[in-house]
Amino acid sequence: MRIFLLLLLLSTSAVQAQNIPIITQADLYTLLAKNDDTLRVVNFWATWCGPCVQELPHFEKLQRNHHDKPLKVILVSLDFASQLQKRVVPFVKKRKLTSTVVLFDGGDPNQWIDRVEPRWSGSIPATLFLYKGKRIFYEGQLSEPELYQYIQKIKKQTP
Amino acid sequence: MKQFSLALVALLLSFGASAQYKTGDKARDFKLKNIDNKKVSLSQYKQAKGFIVVFTCNHCPWSQAYEQRIIDLDKKYKPLGYPVIAINPNDPDVQPQDSFEEMKKRAKKFGYTFPYLVDEGQDVTRDYGASRTPHVYILNKEEAGLMVRYIGAIDDNTEHPDQVLQHYAEEALQDLLEGTYVRNGNTKAVGCTIKWKKS
Repeated sequence: MRIFLLLLLLSTSAVQAQNIPIITQADLYTLLAKNDDTLRVVNFWATWCGPCVQELPHFEKLQRNHHDKPLKVILVSLDFASQLQKRVVPFVKKRKLTSTVVLFDGGDPNQWIDRVEPRWSGSIPATLFLYKGKRIFYEGQLSEPELYQYIQKIKKQTP
Repeated sequence: MKQFSLALVALLLSFGASAQYKTGDKARDFKLKNIDNKKVSLSQYKQAKGFIVVFTCNHCPWSQAYEQRIIDLDKKYKPLGYPVIAINPNDPDVQPQDSFEEMKKRAKKFGYTFPYLVDEGQDVTRDYGASRTPHVYILNKEEAGLMVRYIGAIDDNTEHPDQVLQHYAEEALQDLLEGTYVRNGNTKAVGCTIKWKKS
């Protein structure tokens, strides 16, 4: 039921920015395993992470420019769960973020980092591009041209 | 030409190998400036059995969450031969909160019991292959030299120290103190990116 609610939430693009669900490891794996015609850009970030905040507008713009296309930006906050109401909600509200935002409370990172992406050392920002069973991973801050390059790259890639 | 490209590959491979420590590698010594302006190198510690080298910094909330635990590690393991050596890898031009002056303030405010060094050239950080803060390297003095025996996290719960189930770094230290091999030499954790100098 919980996963169903999460999927419902992730599938509607007109999500109220204020509704930020806390998701678990299982929820995240379900999200990453989705294999349909939607190109998903999954960005791991945190409100206090400078490079993450700098690249956020690129993701927002990408989502706005593709609002009628099968492209979804999902911003996975790694802020502490206890900071959801105090930091994450006000941040999302203030910046008027329109992309889907979730807070990932995954427990021991040693359990999930490799499962999300073995090449990920654990620093943020980090971004996954997922499209029709294909995936590209990038650890570090993305410029706007780089973001679009990866979008083009994954579209062209053969699975 | 073929020989040349082979040599080039060998050269690149050797760079690759030295650029990032893995467990089992030999660690090199360094000489870095401490917050008291004195230089610190590992070879000064004649009595040490090894070191807990922690790449950490002032500004990063994950480093802050672990700050007391790093102090506790030093208090517990320094008498047993494994002192903490903290290194701030960040370029203060990119992250002003990680400046030398701020390091001094932070160490004083929170009562650091260990050296807090600045890696001005970022060469040590590059050599070790640290990619985030905090990032722990446990080194062990052995016949072959100073060997890297553990790379990774301090424990499995950043946010709630009271809910930690696996004390990864301590488990590695206990293994070393018991003279056995480290059972879990590599773990991963979430952390802040290293703030590299803008070239």
